[in-house]
Amino acid sequence: MKNVGIVIVSHSSKVAEGTADMVRQMVGEEVPLAWCGGNADGGLGTQVGAIMEAIDKAWSEAGVAILVDLGGAETNSEMAVEMIGEPRSHKIAICNAPIVEGAVMAATEASGGASLKDVVATAHELAPA
Amino acid sequence: MTRANLTALIAAVADTISSHADELTSLDQAIGDGDHGLNMKRGFEAVRADAATLGEKPLPEALKAIGTKLVMTVGGASGPLFGTLFMTLGKEIASEPGRPDFAAALAKSIDAVAARGKSQPGQKTMLDVLYPVQAAVAAGKSPSEIADLADAAAEATKPLKAIRGRASFLGDRSIGHMDAGARSTALIVRAVAETLEADA
Repeated sequence: MKNVGIVIVSHSSKVAEGTADMVRQMVGEEVPLAWCGGNADGGLGTQVGAIMEAIDKAWSEAGVAILVDLGGAETNSEMAVEMIGEPRSHKIAICNAPIVEGAVMAATEASGGASLKDVVATAHELAPA
Repeated sequence: MTRANLTALIAAVADTISSHADELTSLDQAIGDGDHGLNMKRGFEAVRADAATLGEKPLPEALKAIGTKLVMTVGGASGPLFGTLFMTLGKEIASEPGRPDFAAALAKSIDAVAARGKSQPGQKTMLDVLYPVQAAVAAGKSPSEIADLADAAAEATKPLKAIRGRASFLGDRSIGHMDAGARSTALIVRAVAETLEADA
């Protein structure tokens, strides 16, 4: 796949899956997409291992943009990127954007063949100033 | 450090985290998302399950493995934060560390936690316990003094206003509550200190 992949990481599997549904409706199969949410006990939370798997699943040589909800999702995503390590870690970016709007906008940008940098920039435009 | 006391340390830390899980959860419910106790218990029980294997490894490798296990099992921001503490400690520590080696490695590990959490002391976090503990270790304080100091440092997070993490959403309403991460850090410090003291 030449388009940038999108990974959605929420504390809630329902939010993550629902966001992924909205992305799919927008871009179909044009963009590699994966999501994860919830802790090991099925409660709310995020897991580094699950994030690493989602990144593998949505992997693209063009890179992967990650959309997160609250703090722990970001910290765990940063940890996952670090554990994946170089050289792939250079092609993974965590977006500072609202998860739903950010994922839909980033995926739409990605579906047109945009670079990881442009995909991330599109999502960042949604972040509160 | 002998193999026997690494296993004893793991057991002591897992015991204290598990027996205080409800208290940690209550503290986190007051100003956070209420998952700290269960998350930490899940992580440290997973470490305990590996205690026999960990006890066979050289100290740096064992600490790195403990950190990785916490990262993979805790399931909240605490996973990367406590995981980074132990992983960096493993990376920086000598196989048979003396007090100065331990103090130096601990300083680097705490800086790594601060970087991971994009935080600094005074923001009502585990760092408010870790930095004074490191200073006490470096100053040659006894294990029981260090444990008492850790408890006092956790207590001292009460009047602070949270700047990082979920508690920061509450702004001024975070004032008056002890930080859950500071409390769990103090519990770990006490468990380690008491085990080392009993062993000495």
